[in-house]
Amino acid sequence: MKNEKQYLFDDPKNIKRLLNIFYLCCAVLVVLDFVIHRHIGHDWENLWAFYPIYGFVGCVVLVVIASWMRTFLMRAEDYYDKPTSTDIGNKKGDEHVDD
Amino acid sequence: MWMTEIPPFVAFFIGALILLFTRGMLRSAIMLAIPIISALHLMMMPEGIHLQFTFLDYQLTPYRVDKLSIMFGYVFHIAALIGIIYSLHLRDTMQQVSAMLYAGSALGAVFAGDLLTLFIFWELLAFTSVFLIWARRTERSYHAGMRYLIIQVLSGVILLAGALFYAAEHGNLEFGYIGLDSMAGWLIFIAFGIKCAFPIAHNWLTDAYPEATVTGTVFLSAFTTKVAVYALARAYPGTELLVYIGAAMTCFPIFFAVIENDLRRVLAYSLINQVGFMVVGIGIGTALAINGAVSHAFNDVIFKGLLFMSMGAVLHMTGKINGSDLGGLYKTMPKTTILCIVGAASISAFPLFSGFVSKSMVMSAALEEGYDWIWLMLLFASAGVFHHAGIKIPYFAFFAHDSGIRANDPPNNMLLAMGISAALCIAIGIYPQALYSLLPYDTGYNPYDATHVLAQTQLLFFSALAFVWLNLKGFYPPELRSTNLDFDWLYRRAVPSVLQPMFSAIWRLDRGLRDVFKLRLYTYLRYFSGRNDRLSLLLSQNYPSGSMAMWVAVVLAMYLFLSFIQ
Repeated sequence: MKNEKQYLFDDPKNIKRLLNIFYLCCAVLVVLDFVIHRHIGHDWENLWAFYPIYGFVGCVVLVVIASWMRTFLMRAEDYYDKPTSTDIGNKKGDEHVDD
Repeated sequence: MWMTEIPPFVAFFIGALILLFTRGMLRSAIMLAIPIISALHLMMMPEGIHLQFTFLDYQLTPYRVDKLSIMFGYVFHIAALIGIIYSLHLRDTMQQVSAMLYAGSALGAVFAGDLLTLFIFWELLAFTSVFLIWARRTERSYHAGMRYLIIQVLSGVILLAGALFYAAEHGNLEFGYIGLDSMAGWLIFIAFGIKCAFPIAHNWLTDAYPEATVTGTVFLSAFTTKVAVYALARAYPGTELLVYIGAAMTCFPIFFAVIENDLRRVLAYSLINQVGFMVVGIGIGTALAINGAVSHAFNDVIFKGLLFMSMGAVLHMTGKINGSDLGGLYKTMPKTTILCIVGAASISAFPLFSGFVSKSMVMSAALEEGYDWIWLMLLFASAGVFHHAGIKIPYFAFFAHDSGIRANDPPNNMLLAMGISAALCIAIGIYPQALYSLLPYDTGYNPYDATHVLAQTQLLFFSALAFVWLNLKGFYPPELRSTNLDFDWLYRRAVPSVLQPMFSAIWRLDRGLRDVFKLRLYTYLRYFSGRNDRLSLLLSQNYPSGSMAMWVAVVLAMYLFLSFIQ
């Protein structure tokens, strides 16, 4: 695969550049909070950087809880395709038989 | 004019019939022509009742056009056309015919003016759409389709029971506001709720949609749940319970979506999340909230269709759909990547994309009516939907690690269908007034004020920042090949694993008891016959055939005698 064409994000520099632009956008958005006058529908919106913090914390909490859910919800991919233990042990006489 | 009397579903049903007898280009042309002609016809329809007749003392109204129904009528035509273009490459009569019938049934349901007509189309929706799942022709899809069909038909049966109660209470079958103050109201509510994927009744959706065919899922995602949303908006606007149900629907699926590996199942969970916003809007019930719910349904059909189409394109071209198997596809599928990102931006409600102009109405209405906690939940769900549908879907399919797959962009018809959807997403986002003019109420709402735009952009960018941070730190849950248990575990595992041994035990007991009884009976008979062994009498085992012959002769003699008497 050495001769393969280099694509946009094969170069780590490009990823770095993209992330830097993204960080800059985030910073500008927080600064805009002080510049733009907002009409407020709820008291919490008055809090400093309410939306950015809520978005960030919300998503981290989401991922943390979801990862924790994996500990008890995750099963093998073919979980439902496998027969249950009761299927295997079926002995004769376990099904309805007419006389 | 006689033309006005014909409801839109008739065109689709006749079209489906014609498809059976045509092939190739002619069939494609007919499939494309039907939604276009039917939509043009619908645009000329004035509001009002266009078809009505009496059946068994009840007035049936199969064709009623008003602001609410026509909105869904339009979007179903758009969805049908896009879906048909997307599936033009198919050579599968079963799928093409059932998709046509399915779209027709959805149109029949939204223009139904009475509960009996609604029930008929409600059931037809189930029976026609299940073939889109079975058309995958795998064992998994067969079983998933069966479960889907059972649950959908159950919803229909409950609806019929509710309709009968309603008829008994009101003496008519009119489908209008119903409310929750009667038995009929509750039954119909539950029937709608099952089709709307209310929590704990939601697994038919996440179970069946990802098992359907590439093109089938696109049709499925458009119609069934939106018919249910329409029905709720018609019969239960302002029902407070819906606010809480809807808020739950927006929140819980996003957790499952984050850990799900099958990317079409991620979208199925996100579909429930989006329907949740609509249900909240209907529950709040103000003009703004209903407008928000209806317009969000309209937009969702298009952007969710676009996302399902882009993932369908990935499945079609690579044969894989699990996040763990994909990655790096942007290199050779650049068009699909861009179209998918447009869909992702729309569902995440970025300003200038369609989701923003409709979702913000529901959020504003929640705040206006003082549902503070609900508003916070919706805000969390908005951040969450961006997280799993907006970032996770494009990221794991097209970027992330390079899977080494070098699949090309899909056939042109698929790209065209996705292109139309993407164009609509952006057009509605930029010029929402066109959509607003179709809405049931005139609220003069403007989504593009500095407050909304800034708040939403901040929320989304910092959700993205969370994703970036978690990913760089390695905290983000990796895509793993797995099945995640959900409520369907109860009827796919728990109940069968309890019932199976239980019935097994019952049959064993039953068999044992019968054996004991038969043995007893046999012993008694033996006993009596043993005692009467030497007698030529009734209960003797060696009962001589001579005496039987004698008794037959006696009976015959009696007959002869009796025949002479008269």
